[in-house]
Amino acid sequence: MGSGTSIGRVRGLGSAKEGAHHWWRQRVTAGSNLFLTLWFVFSILRMPRYEYGAVHTWLHNSWAAVPMILLIVSVFYHFRLGLQVVIEDYQHDEKRVAAMVLLNFFTVGTAAVAIFAILKVAFGAAA
Amino acid sequence: MASRTPARPRSPHLFSGFLKLHYSWGPHMLVSILHRATGSGMATVGTLLLVWWLAAIASGAEAYANFRDVFTTNGGNLNVIGWIVGIGMTYAFFTHMLNGVRHLVMDAGAAFELKRNKMFSLIVIAGGFVLTAAFWLYLGMK
Repeated sequence: MGSGTSIGRVRGLGSAKEGAHHWWRQRVTAGSNLFLTLWFVFSILRMPRYEYGAVHTWLHNSWAAVPMILLIVSVFYHFRLGLQVVIEDYQHDEKRVAAMVLLNFFTVGTAAVAIFAILKVAFGAAA
Repeated sequence: MASRTPARPRSPHLFSGFLKLHYSWGPHMLVSILHRATGSGMATVGTLLLVWWLAAIASGAEAYANFRDVFTTNGGNLNVIGWIVGIGMTYAFFTHMLNGVRHLVMDAGAAFELKRNKMFSLIVIAGGFVLTAAFWLYLGMK
């Protein structure tokens, strides 16, 4: 192990055991994204105005806050899986590891800020 | 090898017809790379904008005004940055969404026939522009 060709090193080891799961989760989140993002686009289109008061009132409503949190989870999970494939295609060795760690930090960090902001508006006083 | 005659066949795919390469660029290739480009764009720029927007709403009227000021003129209309980012993100969204549906259809094993595959790819390309235009026309007419 460790000296032959790359195909020689992996032959006989079986599959990585996680490719199908990645593929399936990407499809499941694609389906939920379709519903949630279409809801979001129509919500944007139907907003009466776009200044602070109108937008805050919209997000303060539970019927907007809950789907918005679901959208964050679904969309961020989906782009985490998608960017992983992009990284795996273009980055190799140590750079790939570093990029994957950065991707995880980016996804979890931005998702935490987004969900906290939604909850703050939803549980806070009306504007 | 200096006596190579012109009549001998050259590399079989490279130059048949007028400098034709061994494959033709087709709409299925365009939507394939567009899917990656639009997805990566939304995952990075779009994510930061969405999080900024939500955080600005949560932070109060002043923070939200700062967010709006970057994308609007003093009169309240979109400025150049607002138009570029707005149209860019909505185009990326609609194109990625339509091609995502196309991918789900193909995951079911359908639409691999050459003509039908080409037709669906063209629908995705055209639909991305049409839905983007419809979105902004509706906003503009409100």
